[in-house]
Amino acid sequence: MTARLLAIAGAIAALLLLAALPAFMREYSVALATKMLIFALFAMSLDLLLGYTGLASLGHAAYFGVAAYTVALLVVRAGVSSGLAFPAALAAAAVTGAVFAPLALRARGSYFLMITFALAQVVWSVAFGWRTLTNGDDGMPNVVRPNFGFSLDNTAAFYYFTLAVVAVATLLLVGIVTSPFGRALRGIRESESRMQALGFNVWRYQYVAFVLSATFAGIAGALYAYYNRFVGPEYLYVIQSAEALIMVILGGAGTLIGPAVGAGLIVFLEDFISSMTEHWVLVLGVIYVLVTLFAPRGLSGLVNDLRRLRSAK
Amino acid sequence: MTWVIHILNGVAFGMLLFLLAAGLSLIYGLMRILNLTHGSFYLVGGYIGLSVMQVTGSFVLALIAAVAAIALLGAVIERFFLRRFHLDELPQTLLTFGFLFIFSDLSLWIWGGDPLMLNVPRLFQGSVPMGYYSYPYYRLFLIAVGLLVALGLWWFQERTRLGTMLRAGVDDAEIARALGINVSLLFTLIFAVGAGLAAFAGVLAGPVLSLYPGADFEVLIFAFVVVIVGGLGSLRGALAGALLVGILDDFGKAFFPQFALFTVFVPMAVILVLRPTGLFGRQ
Repeated sequence: MTARLLAIAGAIAALLLLAALPAFMREYSVALATKMLIFALFAMSLDLLLGYTGLASLGHAAYFGVAAYTVALLVVRAGVSSGLAFPAALAAAAVTGAVFAPLALRARGSYFLMITFALAQVVWSVAFGWRTLTNGDDGMPNVVRPNFGFSLDNTAAFYYFTLAVVAVATLLLVGIVTSPFGRALRGIRESESRMQALGFNVWRYQYVAFVLSATFAGIAGALYAYYNRFVGPEYLYVIQSAEALIMVILGGAGTLIGPAVGAGLIVFLEDFISSMTEHWVLVLGVIYVLVTLFAPRGLSGLVNDLRRLRSAK
Repeated sequence: MTWVIHILNGVAFGMLLFLLAAGLSLIYGLMRILNLTHGSFYLVGGYIGLSVMQVTGSFVLALIAAVAAIALLGAVIERFFLRRFHLDELPQTLLTFGFLFIFSDLSLWIWGGDPLMLNVPRLFQGSVPMGYYSYPYYRLFLIAVGLLVALGLWWFQERTRLGTMLRAGVDDAEIARALGINVSLLFTLIFAVGAGLAAFAGVLAGPVLSLYPGADFEVLIFAFVVVIVGGLGSLRGALAGALLVGILDDFGKAFFPQFALFTVFVPMAVILVLRPTGLFGRQ
């Protein structure tokens, strides 16, 4: 019970801290913090599938990108109000997930990874190739931010909007993974056959987890379209998917806080190192290798190891 | 006649893809490693070949140097890094992705950002007349080399002692070890062979596709598609997949320029839906 109280207190403290950030940060840093929040949500959405259900997807950019493109197409091409485009984007991500899930769930392990990759590449090739609709690799600018009676054009205002959306989404994710449904998912991760024997419809659980994961990725994607006021095919590209995967692994799969921290760290490092040296890709690569060597279970695994070490003393 | 040209182009590209995919597939088949650094082996191999050719003027030396250097690099990566995470997918992914980043930036540092072309070896300059058109000798040479390597790999796998050990390792590494096969050495060897094949492809591709930053990611994705279509761990699958993808890609670019990549990715998705383990993959 005390652990639970501590977790709640920690969450509230973190939220207050995040809410106070714009007061003492430069505008540039606030924008960076916004991006970190968006990718934290993206990484957590993937972790629902990878860490909790045990299905490694290399195509998560598909749902992220589909939502972003839905916002852009509705706002730029159809003149729909930007706020209304948000639920439509989530629906589009969910539908994409609902269509792709049965295909991907025909396989497990590396094959699951490759099917999700393949499906995401199909979506990417449409966005890349269908120039008349999407402008191809030029992407679509002029994605205006929603206006709910107050403008989100201000960096701090958009930060608060993002914080609110990400906080609600995180709360929902916590609710999902701690519910009986979430426990069943973890059971499936450990042993599909055992859960099957216990009478669980494993496929249906995996299917629902897949669609939920896609929908949460869609929230992040729609936010990112607003954030940049732009969408481009790189949102859908395998590098985006791989980056999400790296964020989860770096932070530690199977917890929500790990991937969120991993995502924030990678977004921050990319920005920080690229401002220091043009060889930031090299530095990032070295960091990945070092993390694998010294914390193969990610940062949260490292924290657990340290804790165990201390209590063993 | 244009059809013949397109098919030849597709087959030539397919042969390069085969060299890449064969290594990727062998490595996966034996060690269950999805090696994301494979694209780097191709690009860095190509660059090394380019530098050696600039110094010595010899295409053969370029091939030998690139293959030897990258095979050694692959052996080092397998032995000192990947080995620690045997059958542990997530650390392997992070590790090979990290190396992909490292080599991508290092090669940008060393060889710069402009596309670089290798010279076509003197022996294969010029082209064969074909009706109204003519076809470059070098591409025919690529097709021949690809076929020879395919034949060589098949012979190696089916007819040599080492190949038998490889097949035993693919079937069941634990049992193979119990039977006295040095599986540890086999892992390093096959990883080196796979890496060397990728470097070989990089040098051969130099005069046709040119070498540029980002090519490592591009060919990795194509090689991925090939093994997905053909089935992981199967040489036959890699060959069939490579030819199919090569031809589809060429026809796509020629006839549906807007949807060039669509013609590759949609058939791949369809094949996967029908056969999740690829055309020749084991169920």
